[in-house]
Amino acid sequence: MITITHYLVLSAILFTLGVIGVLIRRNAIVIFMCVELMLNAVNLSFVAFAHYLNSMQGQLFVFFTMTVAAAEAAVGLAIIVALFRNKETVNIDDMNIMKW
Amino acid sequence: MLNLVGLILLFPLIGAAINGLLGKRLKKDTVGYIACGAIGLSFFIAILVFCGLVLLPPEARLFEKQLFNWIESGSFKAAAGLQVDPLSSLMILVVTGVGFLIHIYSIGYMHEDKGYHRYFCYLNLFTFSMLLLVLGNNFLLMFIGWEAVGLCSYLLIGFWFEKKSASDAAKKAFIVNRVGDFGFALGIMLIFLTFHTIDFTEVFHAASEGGFAVGNFTITIITLLLFMGATGKSAQIPLYTWLPDAMEGPTPVSALIHAATMVTAGVYMIARCNVLYMLSPFTMTVVAGIGAVTALFAASIGLVQNDIKRVLAYSTISQLGYMFLACGVGAFSAGVFHLMTHAFFKALLFLGSGSVIHALSGEQDMRKMGGLKQHIPVTYKTFLIGTVAIAGIPPFAGFFSKDEILLESLVHGNFVYWSIAALAAFFTAFYMFRLLFMTFHGKSRVDHHVMEHLHESPKNMTMPLMILAGLSFCGGFLGLPGASAIDSFLSPVFGGHGHAEISMSGAAVHQSEGHPYLMMVISTAIAVAGIGLAYQMYVKKPELPQKLAGQYRLIYKILLNKYYIDEIYNALFVNSVKKGSLLLWKRVDAMMIDGSVNGVARLVGWFGNILRYLQTGYVRNYAFYIVLGCIFIMALAAFGR
Repeated sequence: MITITHYLVLSAILFTLGVIGVLIRRNAIVIFMCVELMLNAVNLSFVAFAHYLNSMQGQLFVFFTMTVAAAEAAVGLAIIVALFRNKETVNIDDMNIMKW
Repeated sequence: MLNLVGLILLFPLIGAAINGLLGKRLKKDTVGYIACGAIGLSFFIAILVFCGLVLLPPEARLFEKQLFNWIESGSFKAAAGLQVDPLSSLMILVVTGVGFLIHIYSIGYMHEDKGYHRYFCYLNLFTFSMLLLVLGNNFLLMFIGWEAVGLCSYLLIGFWFEKKSASDAAKKAFIVNRVGDFGFALGIMLIFLTFHTIDFTEVFHAASEGGFAVGNFTITIITLLLFMGATGKSAQIPLYTWLPDAMEGPTPVSALIHAATMVTAGVYMIARCNVLYMLSPFTMTVVAGIGAVTALFAASIGLVQNDIKRVLAYSTISQLGYMFLACGVGAFSAGVFHLMTHAFFKALLFLGSGSVIHALSGEQDMRKMGGLKQHIPVTYKTFLIGTVAIAGIPPFAGFFSKDEILLESLVHGNFVYWSIAALAAFFTAFYMFRLLFMTFHGKSRVDHHVMEHLHESPKNMTMPLMILAGLSFCGGFLGLPGASAIDSFLSPVFGGHGHAEISMSGAAVHQSEGHPYLMMVISTAIAVAGIGLAYQMYVKKPELPQKLAGQYRLIYKILLNKYYIDEIYNALFVNSVKKGSLLLWKRVDAMMIDGSVNGVARLVGWFGNILRYLQTGYVRNYAFYIVLGCIFIMALAAFGR
């Protein structure tokens, strides 16, 4: 029997993977994918809760999240393209201009 | 008509504002018309107010107009209100009347000056301040006027601020006045602590009915503090040193400061507070003593000065001494009477000396004058009237007021006061006629170049002289002994306690029948003696003063150097304050205060230098901090309680 705990644990594992990916990877596109992973981990727990509580609200939220994620993907990829045009790379170690 | 009293203040203020803000773009004539018109209108309203007051019965002659509530804080209340009573109505007449003449005179005198509009702006502001001082119905409003007068005197004395001596004199006047004002401010605070109000009517009512015994300690302290303010503003020992230096300003300004405004403020204030002063015999003795000593002291310095304006300056100090002597022996109305007549003849003398200086293209040294009688006849005649008036020859104005003070100082004071005052009167007659003879009589010692430009002053300068001469001639009849209009007019203000005084003096006079008439003869004789001596020394035998100066070298030098008071003050106060300030500047300000401020800045900078390594510029690191923060918050939520 698969309980809500299983879903939540899976969701937590996926979210942690996403966080670690954001923190340790260098490639901007991979980091971007990790962010998507975190969003989807949250989606998973939303759906699980919705099912468990017999409420449609969680599922509704998932739609919002997916809409935001789509918009974010468009903007984020555009930013990465723009960065690449400027710096000829997507390695974020070369992007350290946000300091004094 | 009494309701119009606010307009008296309003006109000079508007005049000052127009000339101050727009004066640069206006034509010179317009500036003059605005300034004179403002004071003229103010004078007109003052006459109306005065008439309105006279029409009331004597007991009801007190009118207060509340303008607005100025300060309300806890139990402290100060209203902006104006008070018209016989004393203040007399003062506004003198201030606006004499002030008006000085304004007209200034048009001619200052015509060539490039700061023309600035001058008239200050002059109007000065008059406004003095009127505020006189009309205010509480101590705080009076204090505002008091301070504003000080400010305007600073601006006007330092009017030609490019000259070092002028700007120094202005600073000196301001700072010396500050010493006195400090006492005045303390006095007001103590009044509020004692009476819980600063309204004149309420304070005086409380003082007379509040069961304060004569000689009450608090009242004595209050009156002494107030008197300290008066010594500053009215140039009495020990704070008189600013007045002779104030001659650096334009001459009409000297006339305004010395005659109509500013220096009379102290006398007015003491007369206003007569209820308080009557409660403190000790302060009265101090006031009378300082007044008498100042009268003699300043007159003795005046004997040997060579600058025409300086002689007049010391004579002002001396005459103010008389007024304080009168107040000190309880003869307030005699003091105010002398204030009024002094305003007439001192304004006349100053404007006359201005006319002389104008004619001589700026020469002020009497040793380079002489024989001007034929060249500037109008100035000479009016000046002669002023000199006779101040010397105290009947029936000129100065005689009646000075004689009354001499009489009162003997009746209510003692023989010492009288003899000091009489000696000072002798000196006064001597140095004033010395001035007259050195300037107008004898052989001309004028420079050739100056001689060519010698001319009588224009109409707008001689007209005020003539009017003032008329006033100096007949002003005294207001205070004829025995039937003094001034006395009875002012009696509601100095009434109450004053009645006992008056009846007492009446008794004393009756006891020695013919006493006042004898006094008149004596004081006239004293004046004539002074004049005679001056005539002998400066007309008959002009070589005599030189010889005397040679014989009594020491005395002459001391007098010429004004008893070295300025030097003593410099050594005692000015230098020690300077040294102290230098210490405070170098050690306390530059080292301690600046040091600690800079130290704090350096400390912050040092910490920042370390902390800035946290800011790497890698988004990754920032994200890591965010995650750490999130984990921390979650941990807190989970295990925190």
